Amino acid sequence: MNYKARITVSLKKSVVDPQGTVVKSALLTMGFGNVAGVRIGKHMEIDLADCESAAEAARMVDEMCRKLLANPVIEEYEFEVVDASNGEAAGQ
Amino acid sequence: MRFGVVVFPGSNCEDDAYYAIRDGLSQPVDYVWHENRDISAYDCIILPGGFPHGDYLRAGAIARFSPVMGAVREFAARGGLVLGICNGFQVLLESGLLPGATLKNDSLQFRCMYVHLRVENTRSPFTMGLAPGQVMRIPIAHGEGNYYADEETIRELEDGGRVLFRYCDSEGKITAEANPNGSLGNIAGICNERGNVAGMMPHPERAYQAVLGSSDGLGILNSIVSFLGGR
Repeated sequence: MNYKARITVSLKKSVVDPQGTVVKSALLTMGFGNVAGVRIGKHMEIDLADCESAAEAARMVDEMCRKLLANPVIEEYEFEVVDASNGEAAGQ
Repeated sequence: MRFGVVVFPGSNCEDDAYYAIRDGLSQPVDYVWHENRDISAYDCIILPGGFPHGDYLRAGAIARFSPVMGAVREFAARGGLVLGICNGFQVLLESGLLPGATLKNDSLQFRCMYVHLRVENTRSPFTMGLAPGQVMRIPIAHGEGNYYADEETIRELEDGGRVLFRYCDSEGKITAEANPNGSLGNIAGICNERGNVAGMMPHPERAYQAVLGSSDGLGILNSIVSFLGGR
């Protein structure tokens, strides 16, 4: 089975995000007065080919996040794994 | 004694470190390509500044997987001296050889300027030739030097005397204005528990002779020579 993982890495809530702070003030300046907070993170997509199951794919993605894609000192991550066997094939 | 300056693809301060050691310290020094797995010829390894592997993902995140880093880890475990400067510091943080991480500067600007540093600990091999409270003028050049660690880690660093340098004003006062990047506690450099692995954002190798604007950095490099000479 082929899967696609969509991963979001963001700064922990306890870590100040200077980029988010600046973007928030820009949005307020533009007149979007409802903006109460902005956090900026990273979006990654990983195509996985020939996995046994979605659970196996998720286990691998979690390990990738812990060991490389996110720095646990300052960042947190979340991801979803979707079936990519029909439609766009993994690796393309 | 012999120094090794690690060169990653994308390093750009290896020459500064090489010349500071060769001409400033008059000590033998080699470049060490990042694919090298044998660094047994060296007494001190310098991880220089730059943008290794493009700094993709995070500063130092990919460099940590370079083959030489396995050797550096073993070298450090045996008590070898390792000094990470600027990006080299970030590589040590990503490798877990030093605790914490660096965030984008709170100004969001790349800061290339001289700063003042106060010497906080003179017991480490990297600071033993300096005076406690001494104020040094050393340049910085980074966009992500905002040192961060959780409260418990900061407490361990402070209680263990592992903060080597703090950003200060010209009189040695630790102020928010003197902090160029937002680092917690104005921390500019730290060492590990054993004291043989140190990292700092400022560039002592760019301040090894007066013609460069300052020779204060030589005091740090000379400390290493004194330590190794007396070992």
